[in-house]
Amino acid sequence: MVTDSGLSANIVRDPVTEQAELSINMGPQHPATHGVFRMVLTLDGERVVDVYPHIGYLHRGSERLAEGENFQQITTLFDRLDYVANFNNEWVYVRAVEKAMGVDVPERADYIRLILSELNRIASHLLFYGTYGLDTGAMNPVMLGFRDRERIQQIFEGVTGARMMHNYFRIGGVKEDLPDGFVPAVRALLDQLKVGYEEARGTLTESEIFIERTAGIGAIPPEDLLDYGVTGPLLRAAGIDYDIRKADPYSIYEELDFRVPTGQTGDCYDRYMVRMLEIEQSISIVAQALDKLPDGPFLGRVPRILRPPEGDVYVHGENPRGDLGVYLVSSGGTVQPYRLKIRGPSFCNLMALPAMIRGSYLADATVILGSMDIVLGEVDR
Amino acid sequence: MSLLDLITIAIVVFVLFNGILTAVLGVIWAERKTLARLQQRVGPSRTGPSGILQTAADAIKLMLKEDVRPGSVNIVIFYLAPLLIFTPIFMLWMVLPFGPDWVLSDLDIGLFYIIAILGLSVVGHVLAGWASNNKYALLGSARNAAQLISYELPLVFAVLAVGLLAQTATDRPFSLAGIVEAQGSVPYLIIMPLGFILFLVGALAETARIPFDIPHAEEEIVGGAFVEYSGIRWGVFFLTEYAGLATMAFLATILFLGGWTGPFSEQVPILQPFYLLVKMAGIILVVFWIRAPLPRLRIDQLMAFAWKIAIPASLLNLLVVATVVWVQHQNGWELWVTSVTISVVSIVLAAATGIFIQRRREQRLRQYRQRWAQ
Repeated sequence: MVTDSGLSANIVRDPVTEQAELSINMGPQHPATHGVFRMVLTLDGERVVDVYPHIGYLHRGSERLAEGENFQQITTLFDRLDYVANFNNEWVYVRAVEKAMGVDVPERADYIRLILSELNRIASHLLFYGTYGLDTGAMNPVMLGFRDRERIQQIFEGVTGARMMHNYFRIGGVKEDLPDGFVPAVRALLDQLKVGYEEARGTLTESEIFIERTAGIGAIPPEDLLDYGVTGPLLRAAGIDYDIRKADPYSIYEELDFRVPTGQTGDCYDRYMVRMLEIEQSISIVAQALDKLPDGPFLGRVPRILRPPEGDVYVHGENPRGDLGVYLVSSGGTVQPYRLKIRGPSFCNLMALPAMIRGSYLADATVILGSMDIVLGEVDR
Repeated sequence: MSLLDLITIAIVVFVLFNGILTAVLGVIWAERKTLARLQQRVGPSRTGPSGILQTAADAIKLMLKEDVRPGSVNIVIFYLAPLLIFTPIFMLWMVLPFGPDWVLSDLDIGLFYIIAILGLSVVGHVLAGWASNNKYALLGSARNAAQLISYELPLVFAVLAVGLLAQTATDRPFSLAGIVEAQGSVPYLIIMPLGFILFLVGALAETARIPFDIPHAEEEIVGGAFVEYSGIRWGVFFLTEYAGLATMAFLATILFLGGWTGPFSEQVPILQPFYLLVKMAGIILVVFWIRAPLPRLRIDQLMAFAWKIAIPASLLNLLVVATVVWVQHQNGWELWVTSVTISVVSIVLAAATGIFIQRRREQRLRQYRQRWAQ
């Protein structure tokens, strides 16, 4: 009869102190790893001594695939990177090709892109709100978050015909004009979102237990965050005011009035709060853009077959998770890129995970991982 | 004991056992429905009217499922553990009275019997965790043992205070029926609100419900001690959880809500079990209600709450009751004087604790609001 052979094989005993450590495998099939992420935790009781993350379970070779696709077709690959913020991904890619080709985008197309991307940012943050509630054990937020996200998805469905993999942004504009009744529908949506945002105050934002669980957890010094290349809400929660929409403005962000919320300590609660305040800001951005939405063409004059001149461009934009960059090399005269390198925010943020988790409790490990809001589709690419 | 007696007892036990199991299916359905309503969902709606047969269907599915046993488990203990968890809960129902005469065995020391049996289920959890040879299960059972032992203390102290209080009005202060009689028309909830709150907190922790569901913690240790069980063995754990919840609600009703007493319960005895079940359902609904919005505590916070707040408060509660009862014995006070004294002290204590916690919370929230007002 086998009794504890499996256990004892994994218990590492320090020869001097007789202290035993337990190594435990979390994922890839684990409810709190947000996809197929795996980490091997070394535990001393409930304390995490060390953590070793494993990635790559969702690897599809997007960058290599892109080398075999036409420039127009690559948009679909970007849809599938960060699959809860599709528009934001598409936007960075089409901007990269537009920069390489020197194409101008009609003003209306820019506004459409901005409205949809900001709505997508809200949808992504709402998903975070819901799943983060689950990570800390609360059931209500996920239902409320998904309810509001569903309303946004319905708007997207009306515009693009798809709920997630839109393939809507084109090089030089967008695929189709907005449907009738889009503007009043989005205005009504924004009002509903504000109601949902107020509800969040009761469910998590001011919940005693939630603050207790997240405050002071997972904070590392801001310099370390910069060294790891962390961007997005994680970096802003630590008080570093870096948002590409302000730091390196693109599209029409300069014409809009919004602020970049920052935290102080960089703990999990600040990360949560930064995202919640970003929802508020995005609502305001969309409202302003709706007011200014101009008429005109939605697709510029672009050649049917795209052959960017020889050279390379780097374009980045603010994804809900941070700085998404695209490095595009064209060999000139070909309809496919020579090389396409993606700098994914989830991937770079994930590098700081061991430093954040080390020394915390096992229960905090999932809370910290949840606060990073990674999307494995983009980590593994 | 004649053969007839034995047969009668067998029939009563059979009816009680199956009655509880059926009631537990109802409780699970009620939870799913209540939670759904609190979360803007519909809940089960397809199986039977309002989905009431859903849990029965789930139970049948569990029975038909393959009973998977991992190769590296300790077979004897692995199969023994569900029974060890399952049995104590049903042993409790032997002394739980549905009415003055509706009880299988009205023990004079029913209260002590319950306290003793309540502690047993932890053995089953630890064995299940150990025998599974799974690290998540081991962590879950270790957490379970720590939590159950810590929260047994406030629970037991609250229950003992009830026994002490009942002593003033009945000769059988530790029999559950005696406690209900002692309460008369004024339930102990009014006389000893602090004790009721402590009992409820302890019961939530004992049954591992949110915010104390740390031993299961789906998002951390994937269900805890039961992670390697499947099929009806897992179903037994699940049933036991809800049977435990029903038992705790029943106990709270008996100890603090006046049990089966209610309007006209003296004249129409058939109303007595009805009143009892209604009160019990009320408490179960409160537990569901607590579950919907609250996050889960961390194990160290849970322990801190037990040892820094719950246990001192329950000791204080016991001390207050004991002192007042002692003074009554010395001076020969009327019963109502004792009740009012304890009631006033208990309400003041409960209010003070509540205000203290609320003020701390307000202070903290003010800090956070200021910080994020920008």
